[in-house]
Amino acid sequence: MTAGGTTLSSVARLRREDVDRPVIYVGTGTCGLGAGAAAVLKAVRHALADHPRDADVVEVGCLGLCAHEPMLDVQLPGRARLCFGDATAAKAAVVVHALLDGSPWPELPLFQFRNPAVRPWDGVPFLDEHPFFASQTRWVLENCGLVDPASLEEYVARGGYESYRRVLHEWTPAALCREVERSGLRGRGGGGFLTGRKWRFALETPADQRYLICNADEGDPGAFMDRAVIEGDPYRLLEGLAIAAFGVGASKAYVYIRAEYPLAIARLEHAIARVREAGLLGQDVEGRGVALDIVIKRGAGAFVCGEETALIHSIEGKRGMPRPRPPFPAVKGLFGKPTVINNVETLANLPGLMRRGADAFAAVGTAGSKGTKVFALSGKVRRTGLVEVAMGTRLLQVVGAVGGGVPDGKAFKAVQIGGPSGGCIPASHLDTPIDYESLKALGAMMGSGGLVVMDEDNCMVDVARFFMDFIQRESCGKCIPCREGTRHMLEILEALTRHPRRESESLALERFQGVTCLEQLAGVIQDTSLCGLGQSAPNPVLSTLRWFRDEYEAHVFERRCPAGVCKELLTYSIDPDLCTGCTLCVAQCPSDAIEGEKREPHTIVRERCVACGNCVTVCRRGAVQVS
Amino acid sequence: MVTIEVNGRTVRARAGEMLLGVLRREGVRIPTLCQMDGLEPTGSCRLCAVEVEGRPTLVTSCAAPVEAGMVVRTHSARAVAARRTLVELLLNNHPDDCLYCPRHGDCRLQDLAEELGVRSRRLHGSHTRRARDVSSPAIVRDPEKCVLCGKCVRVCGEIQGVAAIDLTGRGCLARVDTAFGEGLNVSSCINCGQCVMVCPTGALTEHSHIDLVENALGDPELTVVVQCAPSISVTLAELCGELPGQDVDAAMTGLLRRLGFAKVFDTGFSADLTVMEEASELVRRLREGGTLPMFTSCSPGWVKFVETFYPHRIGHLSTCKSPQQMLGAVIKSRWAAQAGVDPHRIFSVAVMPCTAKKFEAARPEMLRGDLNDVDAVLTTRELASLMRRRGLRLGDAPAEHADLPFGTRSGAGKIFGASGGVMEAAVRTAHKLLTGEDPPVLELAGLRGRAGIREMRLAAGGLELGLAVVNGLGHARRLLDEIEAGRDDLHFIEVMTCPGGCLAGGGQPFGAASDAVGARLAALYRVDGRETLRTAHANPAVQELYAEFLGEPLSARSHELLHTRYVERTVLR
Repeated sequence: MTAGGTTLSSVARLRREDVDRPVIYVGTGTCGLGAGAAAVLKAVRHALADHPRDADVVEVGCLGLCAHEPMLDVQLPGRARLCFGDATAAKAAVVVHALLDGSPWPELPLFQFRNPAVRPWDGVPFLDEHPFFASQTRWVLENCGLVDPASLEEYVARGGYESYRRVLHEWTPAALCREVERSGLRGRGGGGFLTGRKWRFALETPADQRYLICNADEGDPGAFMDRAVIEGDPYRLLEGLAIAAFGVGASKAYVYIRAEYPLAIARLEHAIARVREAGLLGQDVEGRGVALDIVIKRGAGAFVCGEETALIHSIEGKRGMPRPRPPFPAVKGLFGKPTVINNVETLANLPGLMRRGADAFAAVGTAGSKGTKVFALSGKVRRTGLVEVAMGTRLLQVVGAVGGGVPDGKAFKAVQIGGPSGGCIPASHLDTPIDYESLKALGAMMGSGGLVVMDEDNCMVDVARFFMDFIQRESCGKCIPCREGTRHMLEILEALTRHPRRESESLALERFQGVTCLEQLAGVIQDTSLCGLGQSAPNPVLSTLRWFRDEYEAHVFERRCPAGVCKELLTYSIDPDLCTGCTLCVAQCPSDAIEGEKREPHTIVRERCVACGNCVTVCRRGAVQVS
Repeated sequence: MVTIEVNGRTVRARAGEMLLGVLRREGVRIPTLCQMDGLEPTGSCRLCAVEVEGRPTLVTSCAAPVEAGMVVRTHSARAVAARRTLVELLLNNHPDDCLYCPRHGDCRLQDLAEELGVRSRRLHGSHTRRARDVSSPAIVRDPEKCVLCGKCVRVCGEIQGVAAIDLTGRGCLARVDTAFGEGLNVSSCINCGQCVMVCPTGALTEHSHIDLVENALGDPELTVVVQCAPSISVTLAELCGELPGQDVDAAMTGLLRRLGFAKVFDTGFSADLTVMEEASELVRRLREGGTLPMFTSCSPGWVKFVETFYPHRIGHLSTCKSPQQMLGAVIKSRWAAQAGVDPHRIFSVAVMPCTAKKFEAARPEMLRGDLNDVDAVLTTRELASLMRRRGLRLGDAPAEHADLPFGTRSGAGKIFGASGGVMEAAVRTAHKLLTGEDPPVLELAGLRGRAGIREMRLAAGGLELGLAVVNGLGHARRLLDEIEAGRDDLHFIEVMTCPGGCLAGGGQPFGAASDAVGARLAALYRVDGRETLRTAHANPAVQELYAEFLGEPLSARSHELLHTRYVERTVLR
C-alpha cells in the first residue's frame, strides 16, 4: 500500500478536511456504548433510512470527554465538524433531521473542530478553546475520536506509518535504541524505566530470537487509557509496536490484552489483518529483510499479570506469578529469550516521537520526564475524561482547568494518582508538576495514569481500605509479605472502621495494637515483597497516613469518621421535633434500639444501635440525625 | 572470583553465584522456607532477605547473584525485624494447634519462630479455615497448615514430573490444590510422598496407620505379624538420634517383638521370591517374544505413574507383585496353614520406607476373596513413633533374628532397598537361569551409584541385554519418552519412584541431606558384601517354599498369589 497512488484530494478526503456529503460521527468506544451510543447510532441510522445517500455514518473512538458521552459529531460539506455532547436517541434524530432539512441545530454544539480548509460556524467555540482541551497536549490521543479506527487508509492519510517506513529504511536497530533513549521516553506503565535503554539491553543480548510484548493488561481500578487508544486508534499502537520490534530486533510480538476488552480486541484483530494485507507485517517487510508477526494473547483478568515476569509466565501458559529478577526479561524473558515489555501508551508514543524527532520530543516535559502523559480523570470533578497533558503540567491545572474543579461547591481534598500502587496527594501539594520524581517524592507514583479526585465527602481511611482490599485480593499469593501482609493491613483498617459498640475490650486492645503495627508492617512489605506490586502495595495506606493522619486519629481515638463515610462509626439520633411516632423505623431496626410510644417522638438507645442506617432510609420526615 | 564483604568480613565468591550459597559456605545461617538445592530459586518466602548497601530494598539472598564489592549485612536490625515480621505473619494465619500436630517438635515453622525470637503474639488477625483432605490412602493434606512455600508443588512437578498439585487462587485465598479441588485420591497423585518429605509443616503428612496397628496389637483375637522392608534397618537409627549409615537389623527385630508382634518376618525374603518370579518372567519374555523392555513393578508409585500417564505401556510392567504384597500373600496362605491360624485372624503389618505402599496395600487387585495381603503399612517414621508410644528405644531389646520361615534372605534381597538393587538382584538370578551359572562378578558396578538414569549392556547366554536403572519419576519420564520416540535397545528397566530409591522414600526420616542418603546406600551394600548367601535362587527358604508349596516360578499357584494386574487410570493429568 503506497500513498503514491492516491491523489491529494483523496488524501484530504481521508483526512476529512472536507467531505462530499454530510458525515455523522458517533463515538462508539466502550465508554460511549456504556453511555448509550448504541441507541444513538441506531437512531441516526433509522433517521437516515429513507435518505441513505444523503449522509455517511462513521463510528469513531473516544474523544476523551467522558462527562459528555455519548458524542455525536456532524460535518457538512465545506463546514467545520461540530460536536454535540450528551447525545440521546431523540437528540440524534433531531440533529439528523436538521442536517437533512437545513433547519437550525436543536442546541448549541459543544465545540467545533478547527479546520482552516473550511468555513467555521459562528458563535460556536473551537475545540482548543474548550476548557477540557485547552491545556492538553494531545500526542498519543491525536486521532482518538476523530478517525475511523477500522480504516488503515485514514491512519496513513494522517501521516501514519511514515515513521515506521523511515525507521525501516534509514535506521539501524542500535541507532534507533540510542535515539529513543536520547528522547528521554520512559515507560508509561508504572516503573518509568528509559524505554530506549530497555531495548538496548535486549538488543545487546546475543540470541536467535527476541520478543516484544505489548502490555495491554490494564488492571488498575479507574484506568482506561489503553483501552481508549486501542479502540480509537489501533494502527498507532501497531506502528509503535513495529518500530519497537525493529529497535529490539524482535521478529515476533505479543499483545497481552485483558479479555474484558472485547471491543479493543476486535478492533486490534481487524487492524492486524489490515496491516498484514498491506504488507507491513510478514516475513520480509518492505523488502528490508525485517520479519514481524503480531499475536494477540488474551489475559484472564489478573491484576498481577501486569507485572512483567508474571505476564511472561501467563503467555507461556503458566500461572501468572512473578519470579525474582535478575535475570531481567531483557536478558532472559519469554521462552527464555530476550524480551522487552512496553505498555500501550509507551508504544503509541513512538510514531509521533520518530516523526517529531528525539529533540522535539524531549523539548516537552521536565528534566527527567519527557513528552506527555495520558490520565484517566475521574471522581469528584466536573469534567471527567481522558486527558493528555505535557509532563510537568501542574496537578492543579488538570484538576481545575481541565477537570473544571470539584462540583456542588464541595471542598477539594485529595487526588489519588497511580492506582493501587500510587498514593493520595493533598490540596497543599496541588501545584506539584506531574513528573515521575515529584510524584514519587510525595509518596504517590505515575503508575499507569489513573487520577481520581476526592472531595470533603471522601474518607481517606476508607480510600486506603478500598485499595488495600483490591491489592490483597489481587495478590498472586506467592510471597509472604504481599499475601499475608496486605491482608493483615486490610484487617487493621477494617478494625478502625468497625462499630465501637460491637467491640469487646480485647478487640479494642487488638485494634490499638494493630494501629501501632501498621507502619512497621507496611515497611516490611515494601522491603521484602518479590515484585513491584507487592513493594508498592502499602503506598495507599502510607500516603494517606502521611497527609491525612488526623483522619486516622479521629477513627482510632475518637471513633468517628469526619467525612461521614464509615457507617459503623456514625451516631444516630431522632429529632423529637420532627418525629411523628409513625414507628416505621422501629419495624426496620434489626437490634430493637428504637423506643417510644405510638404517635410520640421516639428515641434511639445508643448502646443497642448497630449503626445500620435503616432508620435513616425509611424515615419520611427526615427526623433521624446522623453525626 | 570476586570479593564481597559479609558482616564486615571479606569473602571470596564466584561472580554470579547466588549469595545464599556464599553465606552458607561462610557459616552464616539465614533461614529459608522455599529454597531447594538444585532448582532455580523462586524467591517466594523472602526469609533469606539481607541488607545490601546501596540497594533500596532488602535483597533475598537465594536469588541474588553475587556482584563484586557487594557489602552485605545479614543480621542488621532491619533484616532481622523483617524476617521476624514475615514469620509473625505466617503464624498469624496458622492454626494454634501445635500440640496436636503430627509435626510438633519437627516443624520448620516452630523452629523459625524460636530462632527469630517470636515469643509473643503481636499481630491479631483472622486465619483462613480450610478442610483437610483425607481422601488419599497414602497422604493427608491439611491446607490450613500450609505456608505456601511451594516446595511440594515443585517436587511433584519439576522433580517427579507428576504435577498432581499446583498453586491456585489469589491473595489470601491462594492455596496448593489438586485440579478442580478434587480429593487427592482421584487426582494424578502417585502417592510417592516426596511432597511430605519437603513440607516444612504439618500440611502434608502420611495417612497414619499407627492407631490401627496399636489397636490390633491390643486385640487378643488377632495374630499380628510384621514384615520389614530391606531399607528400614539402615534408616531407623537416624530417628533414634544416631548418625546415618548404621544397620540395626537385629536390634530392630528385637524391638518389634517387644512391641508385641507375634512374628517378625523379613521383606528381604520375599524380595528373593520376587527375584525368582521376575527373573523367570524376564527370561520367558526374552525367549518367547513377550513385551520388552520389561519394567520392574515393586515401586507402587511408579506402577501408578505408568497406569496414569503411560497406560499403553502397562504391558511392559512385570506382573509380579511387590515384595510387600508377595510376603503378605504367603503369610496368609502358606504360613497360616503351617501355623494353624485362621488367615482372617491374622493382622499383617508392613514397615516400609514408602507412603505409596499404603496405597498399594489397599489396591482392590490385592484382595483375594475377602483377604487383604497386607492390613496396615507403617512408614519408618511411624515405626519410630510407635516405639515412642511404648517408651521403647533402640537398644532396649536384645539383638534377635527374624522368624522362620520368612526370615532368611540373601544379599540380593537386601539391596532391593537401593536404586539399582532390584536390577542387580534379578540379573544375578537371570544369569543363572539363562546360563546355568552364577555371574562371574555379582556386583554390577555400572548400575550402582546415584545418577538419575544408569545404563549398561550385559552379555549372558548368547543374549546381549540392555539394562537401565532409573530413580525419580522425572527421569523415568525422560526414558519413557525416548522409548516412545522409538528407542528399542533396552530389555529390562528398573524404576524406583523416589530420587535415591527406597532409601530416600516418602516414609523415611525428614530432612535427610544428600550425604545421609549416601551413607544409607553404603550401609546397604556393606550388608550385601558381607553375606555368604548373595543370590535369591540360593536362598534355602525360597527353595523350600517352591518345593513344598508353590511348585516353580510362574506356576499357577505363583500366579494366584504372587502376580497381579494393572488398570488404566483416567484421572485428570
